[in-house]
Amino acid sequence: MGNEAHTPDAAASVDFEQVQSTGQFQELRKRHRSFVFPMAVAFLLWYFAYVLLADYAVGFMSTKVWGNVNIGLILGLLQFVSTFAITGWYVHYSNKRLDPIAKEIRDEIEGHEFDKHGNRMGGVGK
Amino acid sequence: MIGIATAVDVAALKETTLLNMGIFGLFVAVTMVIVFRASRNNKTAADYYAAGRSFTGSQNGTAIAGDYLSAASFLGITGAIAINGYDGFMYSIGFLVAWLVALLLVAELLRNTGKFTMADVLSFRLKQRPVRIAAAISTLAVCFFYLLAQMAGAGSLISLLLGISDLRGQALVIVVVGALMIMYVLIGGMKGTTWVQIIKAILLIAGAAVMTLWVLAIYGFNLSSLLGAAVETANNPAVLNPGLQYGKTETSKLDFMSLGLALVLGTAALPHVLMRFYTVPTAKEARKSVVWSIWLIGLFYLFTLVLGYGAAALVGAETIKAAPGAVNSAAPLLAFYLGGPLLLGFISAVAFATILAVVAGLTITAAASFAHDIYANVIAKGKADADTEVKVARRTVVVIGILAILGGILANGQNVAFLVALAFAVAASANLPTIIYSLFWRRFTTQGAVWSMYGGLGAAIVLIIFSPVVSGGATSMIKDANFALFPLSNPGIVSIPLAFLLGWLGTVLDKKREDTAKQAEMEVRSLTGIGAEKATNH
Repeated sequence: MGNEAHTPDAAASVDFEQVQSTGQFQELRKRHRSFVFPMAVAFLLWYFAYVLLADYAVGFMSTKVWGNVNIGLILGLLQFVSTFAITGWYVHYSNKRLDPIAKEIRDEIEGHEFDKHGNRMGGVGK
Repeated sequence: MIGIATAVDVAALKETTLLNMGIFGLFVAVTMVIVFRASRNNKTAADYYAAGRSFTGSQNGTAIAGDYLSAASFLGITGAIAINGYDGFMYSIGFLVAWLVALLLVAELLRNTGKFTMADVLSFRLKQRPVRIAAAISTLAVCFFYLLAQMAGAGSLISLLLGISDLRGQALVIVVVGALMIMYVLIGGMKGTTWVQIIKAILLIAGAAVMTLWVLAIYGFNLSSLLGAAVETANNPAVLNPGLQYGKTETSKLDFMSLGLALVLGTAALPHVLMRFYTVPTAKEARKSVVWSIWLIGLFYLFTLVLGYGAAALVGAETIKAAPGAVNSAAPLLAFYLGGPLLLGFISAVAFATILAVVAGLTITAAASFAHDIYANVIAKGKADADTEVKVARRTVVVIGILAILGGILANGQNVAFLVALAFAVAASANLPTIIYSLFWRRFTTQGAVWSMYGGLGAAIVLIIFSPVVSGGATSMIKDANFALFPLSNPGIVSIPLAFLLGWLGTVLDKKREDTAKQAEMEVRSLTGIGAEKATNH
């Protein structure tokens, strides 16, 4: 058994491969991956560009822009800004594009639309 | 020595020891009462480990921030910036950006799939025994390295407060911390420690905010003037530029890259942070809690920039290095400069509680992992009842407490942020590849997981043992010997890519295929949250 962790629930007798093959689920997976993968690549590239600059372009990073504030400090603070921005963006995207479709699939599973043949449960657990 | 720096008289600290200890004692008493009250309903295993999944997203987010903002963040980063200038800021940035990995790729999917521990998820669709054992061992290893760092922080802090500079006295301090910690965890369980984390996170962030505003006020809320003062005290304009610590040689530049890699990839693989996602009732709450914690943690790391340069300007690197506790004493010394014994007492109590709470969180994670993954699932083969499992968890707490005390005595005196970065490197090497592969790569197999986990864990630990951290340097754990064959002090740049490679190699060379039904179940569960949410309605 993979996981005894989950107590018997609505999902106990579900044919998950059938769920996985539905267009609806494929769409959910596509929406999830098409957001998180490019975003992860983008912020990691931006972060490592910053680390490489701090490591190997000390002269550039030390250029003063405003009083004693230099480019290195500004880029560092921009890492904070981009982190907050991506966080907000992801939450917005999840609420709008992921949660509704995930809920639909959940409701269908709980409505026994994907139960294995001859294995129907009387109701949703207790 | 240096202008303003003489304003902080380290000897004067001793005169206020009673006050410091009084404030600290009060704080411990209050939190203990809360732990006792919270623990009344600790009946089931779900209560003990996952706090009955009863916390809201914002409560849990604050607790995650509490778990994450350990002594490393407060004492370690402030000290690193105060002494090494800009290079210390790297910790703040890496520790924060790392949360995006957790938010985007791991937190919700993991929450939807698992129950109590990381191993629940990793062994979901692979073979139970080998994967569970590997995940539990790496959990124990990461927790151990993280605990070392916290213990070193506790030693630094208390030796500064009490003016204890001899190693035996500091060892005694560490023993007391360990004993307190064991009591916390034994009595409170996860619910108790979650409340401690919440209270402590609020106090820590508030305390840091007050100090930040205070420092900024001294310089007319002009960041440029603060930086100018730091340059003046240090008598070195390079404190504002990258490279003061890591720019010396090509090897040290590589070390900086290695550190950067470990920091950004470590967070999403820290078992005690992952476990926190299970204390909320739904995936939506898990997301909310990560968002909360990102805001709180980001805000706090902005404070550390001001506190670090503030300590550099107002206390001075020389004074900090000479004080008991050395680099880790920058934040408390700054508090003493600003607000005298009262602020020092408060800040120290908060810092101490921080260590205590983080240690408790780590210990409970390690205990849960041992009891749930190794004892219940492997030794008792799933036949152990919940009571025995909790009993084993409690005994594990005692054993881990003793190990942490011994390790802390050894690691005493090193920068806490640096030590924590080692735990990050171990976590990123041992856990992250398997977490990512099993969530996103359908073909991933047991052999890939086992190769990646043992390979990453082994490489990271072996490289640390043969690094300048352990031997051959002035601040090494073993100063008299030199077997530092590996030149970098952080192993991440080697061990993390290696672990990813091994996971891929182990999988493509594996002739066996995993159960596709299990893979389908895991994927559907992780994306939709089916099952994970209903299961809590009892």
